[in-house]
Amino acid sequence: MASIITRVKQKQITQLIDKEKRMDGRALTDYREMKIEQGIIERAEGSARVLLGKTEVVVGVKIEMGEPFPDTPDEGVLTVNAELTPIASPAFEAGPPGEDSIELARIVDRGIRESKAIDTEKLVIEAGKKVFVVFVDIYVLNHDGNLIDASALAAVAALLNTKMANYEVKEGEVKIKPGYEKLPINKRPITVTVAKIGNKLLVDPLLEEEQVMDARISMAIDDDGHICAIQKGGSGYFEPNQVLEAAKIVEEKAEEMRKKLNW
Amino acid sequence: MPILLERKQLVTPGDLIAEGEYIAGENTFVENNKIYAARVGIVEYENKRVDVVALKAFYIPRAGDIVIGTISEVGFNGWTVDINSPYIALLRASDVLSRPFKPQKDDLPQVLDAGDLVVAKIVSYDRTHDPQLTVAEPGLGKITRGQIVKITPTKIPRVIGRKGSMISMIKQETGCNIILGLNGVVLITGKTLEDEQLAMRAILKIEQESHTSGLTDRITQMLREEKSKREENQK
Amino acid sequence: MNDKPEKLIDKKGLRLDGRKADELRPVKLEVGVISNADGSAYVEHGKNKILAAVYGPREVHPKHLALQDRAVLKCRYHMAPFSVQERKSPAPSRREIELSKVIRESLEPAVFMEYYPRTMVDVFIEVLQADGGTRCASITAAALALADSGIPMRDLVVACAAGKIDSTVVLDLMDTEDKVGSADVPVALMPNLNAVTLLQMDGILTREEFETAVNLALEGCRKIYAMQKEALKTKYVNVSEEIKEEAED
Repeated sequence: MASIITRVKQKQITQLIDKEKRMDGRALTDYREMKIEQGIIERAEGSARVLLGKTEVVVGVKIEMGEPFPDTPDEGVLTVNAELTPIASPAFEAGPPGEDSIELARIVDRGIRESKAIDTEKLVIEAGKKVFVVFVDIYVLNHDGNLIDASALAAVAALLNTKMANYEVKEGEVKIKPGYEKLPINKRPITVTVAKIGNKLLVDPLLEEEQVMDARISMAIDDDGHICAIQKGGSGYFEPNQVLEAAKIVEEKAEEMRKKLNW
Repeated sequence: MPILLERKQLVTPGDLIAEGEYIAGENTFVENNKIYAARVGIVEYENKRVDVVALKAFYIPRAGDIVIGTISEVGFNGWTVDINSPYIALLRASDVLSRPFKPQKDDLPQVLDAGDLVVAKIVSYDRTHDPQLTVAEPGLGKITRGQIVKITPTKIPRVIGRKGSMISMIKQETGCNIILGLNGVVLITGKTLEDEQLAMRAILKIEQESHTSGLTDRITQMLREEKSKREENQK
Repeated sequence: MNDKPEKLIDKKGLRLDGRKADELRPVKLEVGVISNADGSAYVEHGKNKILAAVYGPREVHPKHLALQDRAVLKCRYHMAPFSVQERKSPAPSRREIELSKVIRESLEPAVFMEYYPRTMVDVFIEVLQADGGTRCASITAAALALADSGIPMRDLVVACAAGKIDSTVVLDLMDTEDKVGSADVPVALMPNLNAVTLLQMDGILTREEFETAVNLALEGCRKIYAMQKEALKTKYVNVSEEIKEEAED
C-alpha cells in the first residue's frame, strides 16, 4: 500500500511520542544511523553520499567559469539545486521542480551562504568579469524522512571534497594549468530539523513521523555555534517557548554531530 | 525429455526448466513446447506439473480472498480502497450500511474516512473491472488498533505453515491475534507494543528466509530467545 | 582533458585504458538498492554509475492513457547535472527524450504487459556518472529492476555496444573512444530468446565491419547476462549461506 498513512498508525505514533517513545525505539533527541561517503562521483569536482537511516541523498558539485552577479562583482557564485527524483518515492513525479524541491534547495543554500562557508572572494578570476561558479546539485535517491538534514550534510561534505582547477590569467585569457586546489571552505554549517508532534519536540523525523507532525523547524549552525539560517515548515504551528526549546536542542545536536564528524 | 533443473533450484526469468510433456504451473510460460521461468524463484515439481515459487510478486485480486486495505478516497457513493495491488478496489456505501445508500442523509466520512483500515473480502474481479469488496460478513470491517506488516503475497502460505503450524506457533509465543490478508498485508493485535513488534519481526524473518529449510524451528528459537531477553531486562 | 588523443589503439593492440579490442570494462551489478521502489538495481560499468527503479504495476495517471488489454510501460532516462564533464541542466534534453523511448522499446518485449490491463509500470533511470555506453548500462540496470520488482518477464534484457576506433572494430566504447572514434553500435538482447530489442548506429561502417561489431556486441551482452543472473540470485544465496553459518556456530 502506497504512501497514505493509516489512522491507526497515526494514532499509535502520536500516543507513543506523547510517552516520549518512537516506533523505531529511538529517544526523541536521537538521530538514526548516519553514513557519509565522499568522492563517489569522480567526474564531479566534488561529491558525497549520505545515508540517514534509509534516507539516501547524493550531492555532486561542479565548478565552471562564469560572470559574477552585478551586485557582487568581487565574489564567486554559489547555486544550489535539488531534485526529488521519482526513484526516491512513489509520491515523487518526474518534471520541473515543485515547491518541495525548491524549498529544500533554498534551505540548504541559505545555510551555506549565510554561514559564509565558501570563501567566495577567493573564487574571483577577474573582478567584475570572470568568477568561478559553484553548482551544488542535490539528488534525493530514497525518501524515508528528514531530507533537509541529509541533504545539508551531503552538500557540505561534497563541498569539503571539492577540487578546483588551477589557472592563470595571461593577456586577459584564462589558461588552465595542471593540478588542483581545494575549494576554499571557511565554515562547516550543520543543519538540524526539529519536528513537533502533539506538544513534544523530536529530531530526525522518519517519513511516517513527518506524515503525522504538526510542523518542523530547521536551523543551520556554524562552527562557532551561531545560528545562520532558520526555516519553519508544515501547516501547523510552534509556541514561542517551543521555538526557543528547539534552538537549544539544535545547538546540542549540532555540537554532537560536529564532534563525531570532526568538522 | 526430462526436467532440466532440480527441485529448489533458483531460476531467473527466461531460464529453461522443462521440455516435452509437462504442465506449465505458476510463474512459468510455454514457448515451442518448452517451459520457461517468468519470475525469479525456486523450481518445484509434482508429478507432471512444474511451478516456480516466486521470491517476489504482487497481489492480483481473486474473488473470495480476505484482504486488508486502507481507504484512500471517499467517493460519492462509496470508497476506493488500497489493497496493496496494482488494482484499486471499490467498496460500496450500501455494502457497509447494509441498506440502500441515501445521499442526503448518510455522511460517508463518518462511517469510513481516508486512512481507515479495513478487513474485507473480494466479491468480484475480472480483467475489465476493478475489484469489488464487501465487509458485510462476520469478522470483517474497520480495524481500530494493531500493527500492520506487509510482505510479498506469495509468502503468506509460508507464514501459515503446514496445517497452520507456523502461524499457530507465532500466535502462541507472542500472545497476539494475527489476521493474514491474502494480499500480503498482515494485522497483528497483541497486549503490548513489544509483543506486536516481536510477531512482526517473526513474520518479516519468514519472508526473508522462506526459501530455506528448518524455518519453523529457527523462528521458534528466535521468539523464545527474544522473550527471555525481555524477561532478563525487566529484572 | 580537452586535447584529442592521437591514437586510440596502439601497435600492441592496447586501448587508452589498457584493454584489448574485445575486452569489456569491469561491470558491477547490485539488485534491490532503493527500499521505496518496487524493484531497483545499481550498475557500475567502467566509470558509468547508473541507478534504475521500477514502480508498478500501479494505477494509470491520467486515466485516459490506460489501455484496456495491457499495461502501459513508461520509461524515463535522465542524467544528473554532475554526471558529465560540463554541468548539464536538470531539464530533459532531446537526447534524453529519445533515449527514454528507445530504452522503453528495448524492455517492452520482455515484459508480460498483457497480464495487467489498465495499469502502468514506471521505469526510472538516473545516470549519476557517465563515461560512454550509458544507454546500454541503463538497459541492463532497468531489466534487473523489472525482474526485482516481481513483474513476470519472458527473459532479461541486456545491452552492450561495439564500435570502430582508428581502423579496428572494438567492444564497449568508453566516452573518449565514442567521441573520437568513427562508429558506435549499441545492441540490446533478450539472450534466451535470442531477440535483438535495441539497435542503433552513429558513424560509418562497411557491411563487414558492421557484422563484426554486432557479433562482438552480442558476445559482450551474453557475458553481462551471466552477471545479471548472479546478481538476482545473490540476495537469496546470501541469506541461505548466513543461515548455514549460524547453524554451524
